[in-house]
Amino acid sequence: MSLYQDVTNKPWDQVGLPDGIESKPVFAVSNERLALTVFMIIASVVFSLLVVSYYIRMNIGDWVPMSIPTQVWLNTALLVLSSVFMQGAVFVSHKQLSVSLYSGAGLLFGIGGLFAIAFVAGQYQVWGLLADTGQGIRSNPANSFFYLLTSVHVAHLGGGLWVWSKSAIRLTHAATSDHFHQTFSLCAVYWHFLLIVWIGLFLLLANT
Amino acid sequence: MAIAVVLFLLVVGTVVFHFASPWWFTDIAAHWSNIDFTINLTFWVTGFVFIAVNLFLAYSVYRYRQRKGSTHTAVYEPENARLESGLTILTTIGVVAMLAPGLFVWAQFVSVPDDAMEFEAFASQWQWSFRYPGADGVLGTADIQHISELNPWGVNPNDPNGQDDVVVKRPTMVLPLNQPVKALLRSRDVLHNYTVPQFRVKMDMVPGMVSYLWLTPTRTGSFEILCEQYCGLGHHIMRATVEVMEPADFQNWLNAQATFAQTQQRVAADTTVGQQQYAVCASCHGANGEGNRALNAPKLAGLQPWYIERQLRYYQEGVRGSNPEDSFGQMMAPMASMVNSESARRNVSAYISTLPAPASSVTLPVGDAARGMRIYEANCAACHGSDGKGSWATDAPSLAGMDDWYLANQLNNYRTGIRGDHDGDDYGYQMVSMVKAMRTQQQQDDVITYINSLR
Amino acid sequence: MAYVPLADQDDAHALHDPQSFVTKYIWSQDHKVIAIQYGGVAIFVGLIALGLSIIMRLQLGFPDTVSFIDPAFYYQAVTMHGMIMVIYLLTALFLGGFGNYLIPLMCGTRDMVFPFLNMLSFWFYLLSVLVLLASFFIPGGPTGAGWTLYAPQSISMGTPGYEGGILFMLISLAIFIVAFTMGGLNYVTTILQARTRGLTLMRLPLSIWGIFTATVLGLFAFPALLVSAIMLGFDLVLGTSFFMPAMMELGEQSSYDGGSPILFQHLFWFFGHPEVYIVALPAFGLVSDVISTHARKNIFGYRMMVWAIIAIGGLSFMVWAHHMYVSGMNPYFGFFFATTTLIIAVPTALKVYNWVLTLWQGNIRLNTPMLFAIGFIFTFVHGGLTGLFLGNVIIDIPLADTYFVVAHFHMVMGVSPVLVLFAALYHWYPKVTGRMFNETLGKVHFWCTFLGTYAIYLPMHYLGFLGMPRRYFEMGSTDFVPASAQALNANITLAAIFVAVAQILFFVNIFWSLRKGDKASGNPWGATTLEWQTPDTPPKHGSWGDELPSVYRWAYDYSVPGHKEDFIPQNEPGEEYEKTHHTSGGHA
Repeated sequence: MSLYQDVTNKPWDQVGLPDGIESKPVFAVSNERLALTVFMIIASVVFSLLVVSYYIRMNIGDWVPMSIPTQVWLNTALLVLSSVFMQGAVFVSHKQLSVSLYSGAGLLFGIGGLFAIAFVAGQYQVWGLLADTGQGIRSNPANSFFYLLTSVHVAHLGGGLWVWSKSAIRLTHAATSDHFHQTFSLCAVYWHFLLIVWIGLFLLLANT
Repeated sequence: MAIAVVLFLLVVGTVVFHFASPWWFTDIAAHWSNIDFTINLTFWVTGFVFIAVNLFLAYSVYRYRQRKGSTHTAVYEPENARLESGLTILTTIGVVAMLAPGLFVWAQFVSVPDDAMEFEAFASQWQWSFRYPGADGVLGTADIQHISELNPWGVNPNDPNGQDDVVVKRPTMVLPLNQPVKALLRSRDVLHNYTVPQFRVKMDMVPGMVSYLWLTPTRTGSFEILCEQYCGLGHHIMRATVEVMEPADFQNWLNAQATFAQTQQRVAADTTVGQQQYAVCASCHGANGEGNRALNAPKLAGLQPWYIERQLRYYQEGVRGSNPEDSFGQMMAPMASMVNSESARRNVSAYISTLPAPASSVTLPVGDAARGMRIYEANCAACHGSDGKGSWATDAPSLAGMDDWYLANQLNNYRTGIRGDHDGDDYGYQMVSMVKAMRTQQQQDDVITYINSLR
Repeated sequence: MAYVPLADQDDAHALHDPQSFVTKYIWSQDHKVIAIQYGGVAIFVGLIALGLSIIMRLQLGFPDTVSFIDPAFYYQAVTMHGMIMVIYLLTALFLGGFGNYLIPLMCGTRDMVFPFLNMLSFWFYLLSVLVLLASFFIPGGPTGAGWTLYAPQSISMGTPGYEGGILFMLISLAIFIVAFTMGGLNYVTTILQARTRGLTLMRLPLSIWGIFTATVLGLFAFPALLVSAIMLGFDLVLGTSFFMPAMMELGEQSSYDGGSPILFQHLFWFFGHPEVYIVALPAFGLVSDVISTHARKNIFGYRMMVWAIIAIGGLSFMVWAHHMYVSGMNPYFGFFFATTTLIIAVPTALKVYNWVLTLWQGNIRLNTPMLFAIGFIFTFVHGGLTGLFLGNVIIDIPLADTYFVVAHFHMVMGVSPVLVLFAALYHWYPKVTGRMFNETLGKVHFWCTFLGTYAIYLPMHYLGFLGMPRRYFEMGSTDFVPASAQALNANITLAAIFVAVAQILFFVNIFWSLRKGDKASGNPWGATTLEWQTPDTPPKHGSWGDELPSVYRWAYDYSVPGHKEDFIPQNEPGEEYEKTHHTSGGHA
């Protein structure tokens, strides 16, 4: 039954187990996957509202488009690599029976996280760089938004890294791979999501 | 059972309360009777629904309540599509009946007639000032960055259109009868709101932009302007008066006000002349303005010149010193008439402000300065400043350095209505309210002790 | 033999049985314990907010009598009362409390799908409450910016707590949003994915529909509050100018320039209006179940009720600027928002009709929960109708920021949800505690609360007609407010004190009954929904014993013709089913 039929049928007409004896989730995905999807939708709302505020504030008149330091390009590359390694971990873990942090999928997973940490460190460096060259957070609303958007993005990445670090610590002991396959794929999805968000924000910041 | 009866009585009671209530909109003084019409229309529609639904509710409860020994059972009826769609349509009709006239009147609100006369209301924490276009009919541009003690409206001094603008620093404005007027609303700091209950319309004043409303006054009289957007501590004491006059009277009033250019071209105060005039004052207030407790003459050194100037004017106009219970003020009133021109007042005030301010003496029982600081910081500092130095921006005099007995006297005067109640006292009513931060003698002693510790 | 699905066999692995007192009652991952923790904390802060409202009322009703109420403290009380009641009491109690307790039980699952996250949700909530309460003890005290925290006033001079209190408030809100998000992910996932077999969406009780929709609204709306809190925090701490325009502070130019105060209002109300429904929709759901159970009649027009909940939820994101008619925004927005606002009245009105039509031809049991539910219908009709005044843009203009607004929203989202809360607390009390409450005491509590609150808020509308502005420390002398208004204010204060004191009855009742109340049977009301069919009362950890229930029918089979009882539990196969399927027993 489709969702539409579900909410239009007359429930009092039916007695019995219409879907058979298995309980029936609305979406055919794992709970964790659904929760992550919902969370990514919420995060998208956060970023959308920030972008809307950005556009409204931009049109007030005192806006001076900022020049993005070249290091941001390097940071972006780090984040892309991070995503690539995460996805690599997902591919490789299919073929492995057991995983550990020191080889194969686990190693890719670990390196992917390290690249994300390098991205955060790089962003931090950019903040300092901007402040040193007189483009600090108070210099112009465009700069304020640069700090705001990047820090909210980094905060989201920080949440991902928290999950990553917990898994990495557990991976110091070898474990069966199907247990970790889901962790890898959820992390990879979240990493890709944050990469896409970052690229969107980057385009916005660089062009306006 | 009781609930059914009570519901019935509540419906009847609410209707009776409504019709018997003496509390209703104040008489309208603008052309917005359309608003009153839509309100009344909405009252009839919603009143009907209120009575119908609740009486049906009461009846259902009464009729179908469980009773002892009854074998009554409920009816099994999952839904009734016809009834539900019927009710939907009926509700929609009711909603449209209220919405359509409402939007129609709103369309009138958003379209200002071309012949509307413009004026500007400018709000700040917690004062009002006003501006009218001068002979050229155009208001000059204004901006926060131009604001200073001399130019509290922020009129652009380089804009020729602004030179002849009629500017009013006092919380009083005037409108002509039967003339459409458009209010341009600006704010100097936080959100405020321009509300005159008799005009029905109101609008927020937002820093950084100009909002507007329009109306045609239909009745002469004097009405209060209130701020109805919460603007901090003094929100409730941000009042002004609008007087609606016959057009000719309005024009006379307008002609009597200073233009912006005039306010900027005042002759500088002459302290030498002021010093000669001060000789009279020195007999009570001391050669250095240090005050004399035995004569109940307060210290003057350290007070801002605009404050002294205004108080001298008040004494001369009978705003202060005319209350029979104000024996000290009555002593001052005849003295003030010796400086009976604006320039004389300005000269003597300017001289006093050059006097060095000596430290204040402690003459009253000492309170708890820490408790006093809490009250002062929370309630007084917003106008008088954390350092107690006062500010022209809030029309608040300096308190730091004033003698404690004088502060106590004035606080008591505000509390008992000796000071601040007079119609001519533009800002005294604010203190009449704010002294309520110190309702006990102990609290007042604490605050004065704290002020005494400020240098 | 009954079928045992995979989920049941895996129980030992899925549910960590708590061993010690600490894991059982403090660091608990059991949704029922978390629900009680949430509820307890929410009611505790609610009492603080109630105390603050009495402080306000004393100042308004009897000015010049209470020495410790100075203007700054009054505005702080106004602010904290509003914020606590809306966010920390109502949102937390409906979703964290009732949501946590009822979702797994009504869905026939053993717990939330992420019990650890659920536990974290509570502890973050507690942390947010502690940060909020801590602001009372810092120099300058809590913020007095009004619960709307409008920039620029909330972080500029002249507002109590403009440096410390507001920062604590923003941090507390951010933590609360994190807590809510963790809880919300749980509620949504559990309802969508973990319902027991046979429990299709349209067999869900309306409580679950209300809680579910409210959670979805919350997940979409709280980000707006988070964004505005972060940006306001940046303006405050780092000196950016997102919302802060060029302005003067005590005669000095501030360092801010160019920010948009209106933008803050848009963000705030994009959260703020759905927030009204985050509180109202669970109340709609819970009260529907209470009414249906005690009227011994199916909820009338179940499908319409579900659709109305969804429609109201969707529309609630399109009406936010009706809070901003006088804000100085482009006045042409008024046409759009007045229209959407009045459209939302239609599904809301249908819900009211259906509650009343559920009572019609019912077999109404006038006990305490039902009295509260009927009281709710009355106050909600009143509050909803006054909303039609304020939603209609031109009528809002004279009434905005007067006591009419205060009376309206207290009636519609203060009194009404609180009456539902009491109805629900009494209704589910026997399940939660295994004891019956004292019926007489409950009824006295109802009469005091219901009549008392009406005595507060009916007259308050008329203060608004007079034009008396809200958020005034005192009215002072005016020519348009007659002296008699002060007498009205004094009476309102007396009624408020009466209502506040009457709440003692509730606490006496629930604590006394905890020990001395009659033992409750598993299903004392003869209710159909699953939570009343648990093998133990109160339900043990895991709730369902050895086997999860199966659901064979919708949630409202009351007084079905031809059936000997006047209710059929959802997990009862029923004769017709057993005849056609020849099963030997499929329910616990």
